[in-house]
Order: sequence, then structure tokens, then C-alpha cells
Amino acid sequence: MAVSPATLQSGAPETAPAGGEAQAAGGGLTSQLLHVFAENRLAVVGAVVIVLMILFCFVGPVFYHTNQTDTQKALTTAPANAPPSWQYPLGTDENGFDMLGRIMYGGQISLIVGFAAAGIATVIGVIVGAVSGFFGAFLDGFLMRIVDVLLSVPLLYLLIVLAVIFHPSVEILILVIGFTAWLVPARLVRGETLSLRTREFVQAVRVMGGGGTRIVGRHIIPNTIGTIIVNTTFQVADAILLLAALGFIGLGVPAPKTDWGSMIAVGTNYAQSGDWWEIYPTGLAIVLVVVALNFVGDALRDAFEVRLQRR
Amino acid sequence: MTGYLIRRIAQSVVVVFGVVLLTFILTKIIPGGAARAALGPKATPLKIQVYNDQHHYNVSIYQQFWIYIWQIVRHGSLGYSDKYNQSVRSLIDERIPKTLVLVGLSTIFALIVAIPLGVLQVVRRNKPVDYIVTGASFVGYAMPAFLLGELLILWFALDLHWFSFEAPQSNSVWGELSDPRALVLPIFSLAVLTIAGFSRYMRSSMMEALTEDYIRTARAKGASPRRVLYRHALRNALIPIITLLGLTLPAIIGGAIITETVFNYPGMGLLTTNAATQNDVPLLIGTTFVAAIATVIGNLIADLLYAVVDPRVRYA
Repeated sequence: MAVSPATLQSGAPETAPAGGEAQAAGGGLTSQLLHVFAENRLAVVGAVVIVLMILFCFVGPVFYHTNQTDTQKALTTAPANAPPSWQYPLGTDENGFDMLGRIMYGGQISLIVGFAAAGIATVIGVIVGAVSGFFGAFLDGFLMRIVDVLLSVPLLYLLIVLAVIFHPSVEILILVIGFTAWLVPARLVRGETLSLRTREFVQAVRVMGGGGTRIVGRHIIPNTIGTIIVNTTFQVADAILLLAALGFIGLGVPAPKTDWGSMIAVGTNYAQSGDWWEIYPTGLAIVLVVVALNFVGDALRDAFEVRLQRR
Repeated sequence: MTGYLIRRIAQSVVVVFGVVLLTFILTKIIPGGAARAALGPKATPLKIQVYNDQHHYNVSIYQQFWIYIWQIVRHGSLGYSDKYNQSVRSLIDERIPKTLVLVGLSTIFALIVAIPLGVLQVVRRNKPVDYIVTGASFVGYAMPAFLLGELLILWFALDLHWFSFEAPQSNSVWGELSDPRALVLPIFSLAVLTIAGFSRYMRSSMMEALTEDYIRTARAKGASPRRVLYRHALRNALIPIITLLGLTLPAIIGGAIITETVFNYPGMGLLTTNAATQNDVPLLIGTTFVAAIATVIGNLIADLLYAVVDPRVRYA
């Protein structure tokens, strides 16, 4: 979506971690990466939070079994809007669905959409960016004008139109977010490609008879992997926020399925009369995951910057 | 300067044409067609035929595109909302000044807060204040805008009764401005995301400026640390903020959709969410078009301002 505050931090003299020099002696690139990453405690905490949240949402329901799909059953067997108790640790929502179980259930969809949409956006962005930067000329001009046009349409407007036209479902939401969020990775990869295409190793492949597709696929894209991974991390965070915004407007996954944004949208009506458990825990889940992803993205960028410096 | 001006304006014209093409494509990709969407699934083939005739949907796609452009250029027409029984243009015209007020005031507020915050972080770098502001901006960025809005309503409107939980319901801009207390929460909640991004940018931009040669020169000449910071570093660090403002504009205009919905602020964003719940596709495409054009104009102004402030751009 917007310019993430973390992205903006790049170029600050401080971001290069001091540890880069100390551990230079031993290990390959991967272990160097891991080392720099591990030194950043916030990032380790972030990574742990993400893993725990994935386990919580996907493995949690195995141990904490609740009804989250049968609205009729929930309405008849459980109290609606019940406050937290031993039986319902985080209370229940307007239909009597258990909130703790619902955060897991809604979280599955928020996380799946977040990761899948970011994956699609990254794949499209990388291909467009690399092709545009490498082949240049007319193709570059054409593709970059498309990027210019799409960048000037506020993302949320475009998402709303597409969600309304195609009617939201999990698959449609993944596609809609994925197909609108590839602009930033495309620009980043194009920029890197422009500088990579003149490098000696690319000339060497050319001399050896390697064609454009091979150069882009086997040499250019693998060399932009750092940028790609860092950006994907931020993309996941953005996609989760975008889905939440759509859910709030009423364009999230249709009931009885749910996502974190839709849950908060429903909960606010009751939170205003004191039912705090219907929005605070869900809101905390979103903020935790997005902050964690931003920490990890920041640390990954530092790690890759060190790798580049060591070349 | 003239050359730069002409090039930059020409570029904007190309983008505007692209936006027109994009919105035209959006009207064409509705599954089942626009007539089906407008008239409902029970419409008879004859009714659909009549609808298509009225809207010139039965001529070739190129002619349709030409008609679409002509409608916009000649008549400023963006189609018709069957749900409101009113032209899209008149619906948007009523609301756009109010959205501009919200977006403008919140951007100004964001700048007033973010720039000193960033400077404060540089002055007190790696001290508690720096960490607190950095942490807060991470949370501000990760907080869904609607959640922040709802929490502000819960805390400051319903519990403390400091501000109104709803924006003034007025038809005019002056009506909106007549009750400043009701505008505090919407402006603040829209500004938070921008503040989070800008203050972090300001911090790193200042840090970078402080490593420049001209700073060393200024120090060597004996300028006081204060003077170096404010006259030399800050002034140069402020320039990229203009570009950032242009880049953030789509996010601010998009964010206004959420803020207006949360606070029931009668602008273009609320119109958009209402259109979304009523499946009013022509109106949605209309607001998208206007939002995109506003972004293009905003970006153009930002770039021209940049050229005015930073002579290096003009002569490049």
C-alpha cells in the first residue's frame, strides 16, 4: 500500500549493523545472513511472534475445538455476546461463536490471504520489473506507464471496485489484492535490473550465447533475491491490513467464514456498549502480526545489505 | 524550467489517459455485463437490448471507448447511478470539497507533528525518546485505520465525552468547519498513518543530511550545532518530504475512505463505501476515477514544487 515506515528507513547510516565486520571471518553467505539477523533481537522476537501466530491459528483449533461454521447451532446452544468466562475464555460474539476460536478461524483466512496475495504480487512484480529493466526500450516504456497509471489510483478504491464487481470470496480476495499490489516490487526489481544488466557476468553469459530469457531467469532475478524477500515481507503485512480494511467495509469473506477485519467490523457495534472482548483481542492479533512482519523485514534488509557490502 | 514543466505535464496527460482507459476497462469486465448488473438477473432480453441501446453498448468497443472519452471531456459526465437516480458527477461534486478539507487538514496536521518529531529523534538519537517514537510509529503503521478510529471513538467520545463520535452532518464545507470539536478525531485518525511514515522518514533523512560534506564545512566554519542542525541539515532534509508527500497522497486519499466511514463524514469516501454496499458499480468507478485524477494533480503539484525548491532538478 503506502510507503512503509520501514522502507523509508533505508539509507540511514545507522541501519548497517555493527556486527557485520566482527563475524566476517567464518561461514558462507547464508550463515552470515542468519548471524546478522539473529543479532537484531527485535527481528528474532518478530519471527517468533509470526511462527507462534501461524501455529495458534492453524494448529490451535486441533486442541481448542469450537464450532465456527454452524451459525444456527451457535445461536441456539451458546449465549450471544457473553463476557469472558471459564467456558468462553474471550467471550462470544453476536451469534454465540466462541471468540478465542474465532480469532484462530478468522486468522487462518487473514494469514492465507496475506501470504498468498503477497506471493502473487511478488511474482508478477518480479517478472514485470526484470523484463522491463532488461529489455528496456519500448517494452520498458509501456510497462512503466502501466505502473504509473495504477500507482496513481488509490489502492483501496481499486480494491473496492474489483471486490464489488467480482463478489468477494477467499480466492477472489487473494487475486484482487495480488493483482493490485505488484507495483512496488516491479519498480524495485526494475531498478536493480537496470544496474545488473551492464555488469560483467551478464556480458559473459551473452558472450557464451545465453539468450534474454536465460539471462533474466537465471542471472538477473536470482541476484535481486534480497530485495525481493525483503519487499515480500512488507507485502504480507500490507496485504493483511488491506484485507482487514476490506473486511471492515463489508467486502471481506462472506459469512459464516470470517477474517480479522470483518470480526472487528461486527464487534464495534457491541464494543460501544462495553463488550470490549469483541474487538481488542482481534485488534491485538492484527497489530502483533503486522509489527512482527515489519521488524523481520527491517532486519532482513540489514542482513542483505551486509551481504552486498561484503562482495 | 520550461522544458521540465512541459515534460512533466505531458507525462501527467499520458497517465490521465491511462486512468480513463483503466476505468473504461473496469466498466467492461463486469461479469454478465453492465446491463445485467444494473437491471438485475430477472431482466428480459428486450430490456437489456433497450439498456444497451441507451448506453451505446452495442457498437464496437473502439466506438464505445471514444464515446466514453467524449462524455468525460465534453460533458464531464461519469455515468449515471441508478441506485441514487442521479448523475455520478453531481453526487461526487457535492462531496469532493468536504473530502478535500479532511485530506488537506489532516496532511497539514501530519506535517506539523511529524517534522518536529523526526528532528527530536535526531537530536536525542538512541535515547529513550527516540526508541519510544520509533516504537509508536511502528504500532501506528501496523494499526488498521478503522480500528484506530473506533478506539478513538470509544475512548474520547463515548467514555470521556471530549469530542463528538460523528463528523458534522452538513451539506457545505462551512458547515463541516463550523464544529471543530467534531473534526478533531477524524483528522487525527487519518493523520496517524502519515505521521508514522513521515517521522521515520524525517529521522533518516536528517541523519543522512548530517553526514554530508556541507555539514562538515559548516561545522568547520564554526557554526553552532543549533545552526548546523536547523539551517543546514533540516532545510536540506525537508526537500525530499515534498516527494514523499506526493507518493503518500494515494494512501491518504484511500485512507479517507476508512476514516469517513468510521466517523460518518459525508465525503467521497463515505459515498464510496455506501456505493459498495449497494453494488452501485457506476458510482464506484466514478469515485475511483476522481480519486485517481486528484492523485495525478497532487503528484504534479508536488513535482513542480520540488523543482521550485531544489534547483538541481530544474537543470538536470
